[in-house]
Amino acid sequence: MTAPFLSIQNLGVTFTGGTRPVRAVNDVSLDVAEGEAVALIGESGSGKSVTMRAVMRLNPENRSKLEGKIMVGGRDVMGLNTRALSAFRGAEAAMIFQEPLLALDPVYTLGDQIVETIRRHEPISKEAARARALDLFDRVRIPSAKSRLDNYPHEMSGGMRQRAMIALALSCRPKLLLADEPTTALDATVQIQVLLLLRELQRDLGLSIIFVTHDIGAAVEVADRIAVMYAGQIVEQATARDLIRTPRHPYTLGLLKSRAHDAMVKGSKLDAIPGAPPDLANLPEGCPFAPRCFLADAGCRTGSIGIAQISEGHQARCRRLDQTALRDAG
Amino acid sequence: MFGYTLRRIIYTLPVLLGVSVVCFALVHISPGDPLISILPADASIELQERMLVLYGFDRSYPEQFILWLGRALQGDLGTSIATGRPVTTEVMRAVANTLMLASVATVIGFVLGCFFGFVAGYFSNSPMDKAASAAAVFGVSVPHYWLGMVLVIIFSAQLGWLPASGAGPGGSSQWKFDMEHLSYMVLPAITMSVIPMGIIARTVRALVAEILAQEFVIGLRARGLSEFGVFVHVVKNAAPTALAVMGVQLGYLLGGSILIETVFSWPGTGMLLNSAIFQRDLPLLQGTILVLALFFVVLNLIVDVMQSALDPRIKR
Repeated sequence: MTAPFLSIQNLGVTFTGGTRPVRAVNDVSLDVAEGEAVALIGESGSGKSVTMRAVMRLNPENRSKLEGKIMVGGRDVMGLNTRALSAFRGAEAAMIFQEPLLALDPVYTLGDQIVETIRRHEPISKEAARARALDLFDRVRIPSAKSRLDNYPHEMSGGMRQRAMIALALSCRPKLLLADEPTTALDATVQIQVLLLLRELQRDLGLSIIFVTHDIGAAVEVADRIAVMYAGQIVEQATARDLIRTPRHPYTLGLLKSRAHDAMVKGSKLDAIPGAPPDLANLPEGCPFAPRCFLADAGCRTGSIGIAQISEGHQARCRRLDQTALRDAG
Repeated sequence: MFGYTLRRIIYTLPVLLGVSVVCFALVHISPGDPLISILPADASIELQERMLVLYGFDRSYPEQFILWLGRALQGDLGTSIATGRPVTTEVMRAVANTLMLASVATVIGFVLGCFFGFVAGYFSNSPMDKAASAAAVFGVSVPHYWLGMVLVIIFSAQLGWLPASGAGPGGSSQWKFDMEHLSYMVLPAITMSVIPMGIIARTVRALVAEILAQEFVIGLRARGLSEFGVFVHVVKNAAPTALAVMGVQLGYLLGGSILIETVFSWPGTGMLLNSAIFQRDLPLLQGTILVLALFFVVLNLIVDVMQSALDPRIKR
């Protein structure tokens, strides 16, 4: 395997703005190869979005502390100065947001926003930039693209807006696309269309994608690999196939069981994980999942839990993996 | 855009009608006989009746209103009881003076207010925010006639740098835009700018803080825009509301500057209103209020149209 395009090593993000520091991301390591799509799943507040924003250093600098190392295309993102950072954002790596209505400037037309972004990174004329914007709108299959360029965000439907957002993100031909719950705000039929579009663009353009979601179905649809986050840590990562077929971390097991899939029998009880995620300002010692884990023993509640390699590309942060393996066999 | 503007203009017609009814009614709802100030105390009954007929007060109210409105539409607001000159001339001269003063004051207030507001909003909860917010609170809460007098004491009486009152040599009719005349405007304009400065600063501070907290600002940074590029977007998002507040403030200053114009003897609408009230000069009072109300309506119209040009979400 060649060197990963994006490499996150031991990333830590602590928000220091409040009364107590909040440890939102804790020792996260994740590699994304060129042209690979990785899904980051987990419940709200597990640090998915914060991890993504850290890749572009978008978390407020004066209220957060970053640790670890982030390399994109051989460049150290942590070491970039302000000028290099803004040249990197949008051109090398681009981001798609959950709610395009909130993430687009409401008082500029979409065409103007795309043209502005292109001209920020490339010395081309307004006309050329607009022509490229039009191509992008066609590419993401926005009907009557030409007149849509002059629309304001509020004049479009949710699915159309998300397509426009994707067009904007792709406007400077980035190599890394960070998609922060791109389908969560959309209704079900539109979700699938947008997912398929993302998958297709990824294949055609050879993009590396990190795709944040809490929808396992969407993750399987788009991603080659899946990483599961809990309380600021990646608790398990594997290929999409391995993770769904042979999950090993107790949290992943619980997550998969709590899905309402089609095999569910009417009247049967939906399995849920008991308890609630820990307070990130006051993390328990040991494994953060221990208080909710059916396998936890005294050893899980002290020290820090290391990452165990299960097989090629499959790893989990758990010291009771022997138990989950047994359960699988039985 | 054109359709919206036309519709907004049509919407103002009922407002204008309402304003004229209120202005007309002013003469009749205010206590006392409208003619009491022009008739000698010992006027005979016949004289009173003759004056009543002469001024048209013997007719029914609707009839009087239509006659009055008809004349007003032709630019005739009657004759001032105190000076005997046409009200229109008096009011227009005062309006020109006030408009000049109020515009300068609003521009000063807007520029300073935006500056303080942006600084406070961008660095919210920092010492700079505290200082800028304190300046804004001072602007809103300081009694401006007091501030005017203090400025006169410091800059006119003590330092002798600026004239204390009036509109320059030769009175308001000789106004010229030269240093000598402009120096008369400095103190009243600064005093007058303090309130809009405070209000605009507080509005802009809240606006900027709110805009910066929105997700699209992260979106703009994620596209690689520089801090200045982001600032331009923030300004364009804040502009419609800031302009609306400025328009309303200009409207207030046009009519609500009685205290400042009196302190500085500035020959504007405030002073005109003041003297009209004290002399019970009802036609003059009526005319002044009508013209000021018209200005307010027109200003609001301009602000609305400008807002819709700046903020696409307002067009419906």
